[in-house]
Amino acid sequence: MKKHFLAILPVTVLATGLILFTGISQAADAGLANDGGLATLRGAPVSAPEKAPTGDALKPVPDTEVFDRIYDDQPPLVSHAVDKYPVTKDVNKCLDCHSAENYKKEKATKIGSSHFKDANGKTLPNVSSRRHFCLQCHVPQVDAKELVSNTFQRAE
Amino acid sequence: MEPHSPTEAPVPVSAPSLAKLWRRWKSYLSVSILVTFVAGVLFAAVFNSAISWTNSEEFCLYCHEMKDNVYREYQTTIHYSNRSGVRAVCADCHVPKEFGPKMVRKLQASNEVLQKVLGSIDTPEKFAQRRSQLAQNEWRRMKGNDSRECRNCHEQESFDFARQGYRSVNQHMDGLQKGETCIDCHKGIAHTLPRIDQGINLADPPGIALEIFKPPASDAEEE
Repeated sequence: MKKHFLAILPVTVLATGLILFTGISQAADAGLANDGGLATLRGAPVSAPEKAPTGDALKPVPDTEVFDRIYDDQPPLVSHAVDKYPVTKDVNKCLDCHSAENYKKEKATKIGSSHFKDANGKTLPNVSSRRHFCLQCHVPQVDAKELVSNTFQRAE
Repeated sequence: MEPHSPTEAPVPVSAPSLAKLWRRWKSYLSVSILVTFVAGVLFAAVFNSAISWTNSEEFCLYCHEMKDNVYREYQTTIHYSNRSGVRAVCADCHVPKEFGPKMVRKLQASNEVLQKVLGSIDTPEKFAQRRSQLAQNEWRRMKGNDSRECRNCHEQESFDFARQGYRSVNQHMDGLQKGETCIDCHKGIAHTLPRIDQGINLADPPGIALEIFKPPASDAEEE
């Protein structure tokens, strides 16, 4: 009987230790969830992950042929979904297809030559960092109703 | 010297026949086979459930290194949440399903335990510093095994090209025929990409070479 007890003892000690450890670390996590007095407008916890937009209203248009420009100097619209193409300070996924090196192979629109000029009009060997965030001008399209009706006519 | 008693002398200690030995050991043998078998089954069961426990999302998230960094990024992606509710958890992409490769990966993971103890990536800043290295480790692994973990779910034979966008069709037909593999193009689909050297902002420190991020197609006859 004593022998059995001796054999079980280390296992029990280990298990208790493990349970205590996980308990403590979970308690520490719960402490982190306190957002230091910050709150969001709609009551979601500050530390909650950002929710991806959902719903039909934001469904991107399916891949289409290139859109015509509607007015002079309009930045061409994006004719495909872009939700999986990150543009961050570290990487620009658009260039995978649209860069001067890749556009032929990928059968994509070439990035405009104006995009290689810096603020002083000097031509750079590569895309200017001023043009890094493509989606500021080139906007993807969603298949949604107009929120406000308008009478815009394209230029002839 | 004690004389041998006549009764002891004929005892067949000298040469027990094989049959007799067999008879003596038969019972032991069957018992030991049974015990080994039961122990084996028990061991396999315990081992298997221990391994699957370490493959659970819950297990990965015991470490705040995972929970606060890569898990958060992954929560905004399609592998976490999508219209049909099929989720690929950490291990679905990062641990092979086949026994051999799985064991190899699990052994390699002992380094991850060591790094956890050393606290190599225990703050977001430390993680950011190593992201480039960590991402490339995973890219190399996936390229090395022809994106096996992707293909556990995304089978090339099951692609319905009619239901893919025409850009995807072209890319998939072309790329897969040329022997390109999923990870060649689909990097950063579940986690934030590290810095890539695209030659745009030259003031910033260089990132991962473009050839690694987007390997040039195997046939270079275009243009």
